[in-house]
Amino acid sequence: MIEGEVSGEAARDLWADAMLAAALLAVDPELGGAVVRAGPGPTRDAWLSGFRALHSADTPWRRMPSGIGDDRLLGGLDLAAALGSGQRVLQRGLLVEADGGVVVAPMAERMAPGTAARLAGALEDGAVRVERDGMAERLPSRFVLVALDEGLDDEVPPEALMERLAFRIALDTVGHRDALPISATPEDLAEARLALARVTPPDDDAIQAICAAADALGVWSLRAPRLALRAASALAALEGRESIDRDDLSNAARLVLSPRATRIPAPPEPEPETAEAQPEPEDADTPDDSQTDGEDGGEDDADQGQGALADIVLEAARSALPDGLQELWGVTGAVSRAAPARSGASGARLPAAKRGRRIGTRPGQPDGTSGLDLVDTLKTAAPWQRLRGKPVGSEGPLRVRRDDFRIRRFEQRSESTVIFVVDASGSAALQRLAETKGAVELLLAEAYVRRTQVALIAFRGEGADLLLPPTRSLARARKQLAELVGGGATPLAAGLEAAAMLAVAERAKGRTPLLVFMTDGRGNIALDGGAFRTRAEQDALNACRRIRAAGLRAALIDISPRPRGEGAKLAEAMGATFAALPYVEAGRVRDVVRALGDT
Amino acid sequence: MRVVFPFSAIVGQADMKQALLLAAVDRTLGGVMVFGDRGSGKTTAVRGLAALLPALPVIAGCRFNCEPDRPSPACEGVCKHGGTGTTPSPVVDMPLGATEDRVVGALDLERALTLGEKAFEPGLLARANRGFLYIDEINLLEDHLVDLLLDVAQSGENVVEREGLSVRHPARFVLVGSGNPEEGELRPQLLDRFGLSVEVRTPDTLADRIMVVKRRDAFDRDPDAFAKAWKSKDVAIRKTVAAAQARLGSVAVPDAVLEMGSRLCMAVGADGLRGELTLLRASRAKAALDGRDTVTEADLRQIAPMALRHRLRRGPLDEQASTVRIERAMDELLAA
Repeated sequence: MIEGEVSGEAARDLWADAMLAAALLAVDPELGGAVVRAGPGPTRDAWLSGFRALHSADTPWRRMPSGIGDDRLLGGLDLAAALGSGQRVLQRGLLVEADGGVVVAPMAERMAPGTAARLAGALEDGAVRVERDGMAERLPSRFVLVALDEGLDDEVPPEALMERLAFRIALDTVGHRDALPISATPEDLAEARLALARVTPPDDDAIQAICAAADALGVWSLRAPRLALRAASALAALEGRESIDRDDLSNAARLVLSPRATRIPAPPEPEPETAEAQPEPEDADTPDDSQTDGEDGGEDDADQGQGALADIVLEAARSALPDGLQELWGVTGAVSRAAPARSGASGARLPAAKRGRRIGTRPGQPDGTSGLDLVDTLKTAAPWQRLRGKPVGSEGPLRVRRDDFRIRRFEQRSESTVIFVVDASGSAALQRLAETKGAVELLLAEAYVRRTQVALIAFRGEGADLLLPPTRSLARARKQLAELVGGGATPLAAGLEAAAMLAVAERAKGRTPLLVFMTDGRGNIALDGGAFRTRAEQDALNACRRIRAAGLRAALIDISPRPRGEGAKLAEAMGATFAALPYVEAGRVRDVVRALGDT
Repeated sequence: MRVVFPFSAIVGQADMKQALLLAAVDRTLGGVMVFGDRGSGKTTAVRGLAALLPALPVIAGCRFNCEPDRPSPACEGVCKHGGTGTTPSPVVDMPLGATEDRVVGALDLERALTLGEKAFEPGLLARANRGFLYIDEINLLEDHLVDLLLDVAQSGENVVEREGLSVRHPARFVLVGSGNPEEGELRPQLLDRFGLSVEVRTPDTLADRIMVVKRRDAFDRDPDAFAKAWKSKDVAIRKTVAAAQARLGSVAVPDAVLEMGSRLCMAVGADGLRGELTLLRASRAKAALDGRDTVTEADLRQIAPMALRHRLRRGPLDEQASTVRIERAMDELLAA
């Protein structure tokens, strides 16, 4: 990654912070871990090996494959033992093996929400609960998670996971020449770990300063300030001090809170914030602890000093923020509440290539298409062992007969993704954008009930935007749809291209994409952005043919008040169902889509 | 036993706490669904609930938590009956990745393999009998498991027909689900099976936020001491719950309040009778919790949002203003 690298001091600062985070994780594994944003390359490798060098050689270190199954992740029945001796032995999963060590998760941005939730649960409890294959156990599983985020643009690791990891390290702009090793050794770290136990817990001022900074930065989850306080303790321990000082808090805020910021705090002089009616953390709100919370022993000393500390901490966090709000990490992730949850790949992503859900087993012979389910076969054979003459408790092979064979049944449920491509340009939709929205809403509702996913692409002005990546979340769909405004030229070809690309990507994930275009078919912006009607039309037709060639199922709904045939022509070119609905009636649109799904 | 964060030390979240307590008082309410922000203490609250539930009298050693005088067919002659005992009310946490055999129970593989016996090994549903079953991130659970759980929760009985076993045992539990709507919503037909539904948010005043962090920090440093410091408050709640359970049967619902409930359900268009029934039961449980013998309009008013908000007929894309709609309807009815 040469392009976009930052040079000199800035890079060295970033790297220094990255290695500091590594050291803190080695001191206090309860910090959860780090999201490391960087493509594969020497810089990332340098960080990983630097991090590893801080641990003793016998520390468990596990790399988690992205499509890992539950039996490997959490554990399951050890079949060899079950078959050999008839004993029920638990085969430990990766998270249990990694107890006391490190789990590295590559391609975290594509991690399935289910996997993320399992990891998050283990991080939360420090243990894995296995309730599988007839076994129930709770096994210790304390590990540091390094989530490698290789995502481009708006792909981010699941928020459920990100929020439990203290650090977010962006290395994609650091060249490997700046990635110098640090001199700390496992022994130094061991010493710091001992020191950590002696560090005096953060006092009320410290807690208040960190919480106030989190508020000002728009960091809502309360895990963030807790992690920042832990980081401050670890920073003190790293320097062998027994009390947390001002710099520890500032550094902790910079490392933990700044990357989570969803807004840039107003500069020191009070300034009215944006439209969101957020309760601003004002000094007037400063809690009187002793009144509400006697047990915690709040002491109201030196209000003045408290305010100053909070200011210093916030200032440290602010200085680490990028210039534009768009570049804030927190904004790209799916953030709750106030922040515009732009895309956050968290919810929707499904495991690659679904082969259908396992719905059980049935008696039968395994052949090329259906696999033998060993556990169920075993269970079937088990009760009959004595009758079949196997001495009780004896070693030796199990007596399995043909009738015992159980084969897996899969429910081949090809889930579909309905991709709405809405013309929001002036020519088509200005007067009826609302009606179109209504129809899309109805379809969304239907998709929701049928458990299909929906995606929304809108084109207007200069290009097409993926407003809603495939999702089942109505909350997000609703937000995006409400924000859609109309007007401008008609870059129809760009809309078609974007839709085709998304559809192909969805198909690669094993889903069935259904394209629904709502347009008047009168494109006037060519693919290259030029405003030439003929070329625009040609580009659109070419895009249609590609859709047809790719074998994608589509419907085109002509929404112009007086259809003139452009829509029909496009529909024909892409082999799509065509419907002219000069008055967009939600019910009719639904029928069109339903027919498309049934074919 | 691990030390859990005490229920009484949870800052704010009045709705969630109340809904859980109501479900503890009247277990027939039909469970609680908690929606909300991450890190807002959903799991903490449910785990803390265990300390507030009165102990259950059981047949000692029964794996189905059967009542002393009512052994279930599954347990009779199977569980080693050691007289009568008590057990803490179970609050079973269902881990993600649990397989169906562990949820419903299955053939005891080891006994089958080594002894050749066909024995039933009870699953999580048996363990949750007469207690609570908690499913975090219920929207990530496989559909067929969710359906199964709701079915059992409704019927109060777990019927196992698998691997040549045929077992039925009582599984009366309060289902508590939690989820984050940003991660895909629950199917509506599933949602209205829950009796109460509450939404939690991360506290938004700085003072509350600081208090949350402080208490959490104190707990993390020394869980035992923290739990001890709050124990008396937890015990006080437990006593209130036990008293409310005893009182529940004698709480009267005046006709005027009954009528008000019906009119409210009609006014907001809450589907079905289930909403109305839940509203009344929950209001009665609330009166019992408050130590009163009569349900008032104020009870109804306070309970209506959590009992009805997930049952309103609405376009799925309406802004989630159900609570507002209910409150407005209530105001109009009271004014009339």
